[in-house]
Amino acid sequence: MRTSALLVAVLAGLPAIAAAQGSNPSLGRDLAAGCAHCHGTDGISAGVTESLAGRRAEQIVQTVKEFREGKKPATIMHQISKGYTDAQIAAIAAYFAAQKPAK
Amino acid sequence: MTREFKRRDFIKFVGAGAAATLAGCATETMAPKPAGRVFVIGGGFGGATAAKYIRMWSGGAIQVFLVEREQQFVSCPLSNLVLAGSRTIEQNTRGYGKLRDYGVTVLQGEVAAIDPQKRLVKFKAKYGDMSYDRLVLAPGIDFMYDQLPGLNNAEAQKQVLHAWKAGEQTVALRKQLEAMPDGGVFLFSFPKMPYRCPPGPYERVCQVADYLKRAKPRSKILVLDANPDIVSKKGLFLAAWNDQYKGIIEYRPNQEARDVDVRGRTVKTEFDSFKGDVLNVVPPQRAGAIAAQAGVVTANNRWCEVNWLTTESIKVPNIHVIGDATQSAAGMPKSGSMANQQAKIAASAIVALMTGQQVNQTPMINNTCYSYTSATEAMHVTSIHAWDPAKKTLLPVKGAGGVSPARSTLEKQFADGWAINIWNDMLG
Repeated sequence: MRTSALLVAVLAGLPAIAAAQGSNPSLGRDLAAGCAHCHGTDGISAGVTESLAGRRAEQIVQTVKEFREGKKPATIMHQISKGYTDAQIAAIAAYFAAQKPAK
Repeated sequence: MTREFKRRDFIKFVGAGAAATLAGCATETMAPKPAGRVFVIGGGFGGATAAKYIRMWSGGAIQVFLVEREQQFVSCPLSNLVLAGSRTIEQNTRGYGKLRDYGVTVLQGEVAAIDPQKRLVKFKAKYGDMSYDRLVLAPGIDFMYDQLPGLNNAEAQKQVLHAWKAGEQTVALRKQLEAMPDGGVFLFSFPKMPYRCPPGPYERVCQVADYLKRAKPRSKILVLDANPDIVSKKGLFLAAWNDQYKGIIEYRPNQEARDVDVRGRTVKTEFDSFKGDVLNVVPPQRAGAIAAQAGVVTANNRWCEVNWLTTESIKVPNIHVIGDATQSAAGMPKSGSMANQQAKIAASAIVALMTGQQVNQTPMINNTCYSYTSATEAMHVTSIHAWDPAKKTLLPVKGAGGVSPARSTLEKQFADGWAINIWNDMLG
């Protein structure tokens, strides 16, 4: 159940991810690494900041877009999310979705 | 020490590295094909992150050595809170032990020289010469004491502290502050940009003022800023100073220190002299000395220019430079956050170059810096930096980034969370 939901989410994001990655399969990984100083290595947070590892990709995408559009209150994510394209956000979300959540 | 001994010493450490490589990949079904060796010099926000991520992203194929002078990592971010007394230096200190779980071989020692032609690292003591395929230089900053003649000797430097590299100096400055009589003047001087951590001095003003307000209410902090104005988060810092520390802070812009009279406890600027009970003087800075020795200092005899697609030096092949030692691209601060992110550009590029893959042609990083305005409130500045293929550099993304609308207790919690996560990100 969990796997299939994940698969659907990842597949749904595939065209955008492919567009963002071009010939570079490590793009999602590299972009997601930019989140680690606040969200932890591979999205596993030890602080008050939310963990992103193992979250559904579509949920991450939706949340970031709500931050970007000012629909969701934020202290900093409304400013950071404006720096990334839809395709980049999809690539980041797919990377975190594929990570094992913290034990 | 004989040459024979050095050779054995060398083999011993290479052996240790090989063992670490195997241990790091114990869970993998196939041992990765060895792809060479990277030496990382400097275990701060940049160097430690690069070491860890090269191991992670190469799947253990690249052997990684990390050389660090100090036994432990002490964070500059949050060190101003130690001056105020709301944190201890121990709370800001981490060991390098967990990096070994990633297969990084951590060497505590000091590099004497780099031979870029032979690709050799030479140590001051303990270790023999070691070879590298690629070198990551993350030496941080050195102070230009030659710009302040009265401070240009070891004895003077023990008395007038910078506390701009966290550790012993932070603790010693805290003691000087505690010993200062009520009614005294804490004189704080810092240099023109570029220096390490643009908002750092203004945060220090808040933290020292916070302590004085509580413990020595008749005292003052006299701020000698070499810059023409507050260089970072100006409105937010001014609001904190006016709301919380009125009457405690005297701010003087355009007051670049030219000399320090240690016995007279006086800082001399171009036209004036200022006396204090405690002097805290942060001298101008340049890339750590090993960078000049390696031949990678190319800008104003101070900083290292790099190709931001890979962080490789524009002058010396196979040497990457990251962190405060670099000549910053436009809008890029010298910060721990930035060094941590630059380290990942370096790691991604180095892994690609050493394993025959294409280097990421669209790197993107972001800077997130929190400043604590008291023990309970903080605020941030953030910026996003993307590769511009036409200009061939990283540039801030327009319309993104910004500062807090106001300091808050909520952002203090996020600042604490940032510290925990970035320390974990660099040190495992």
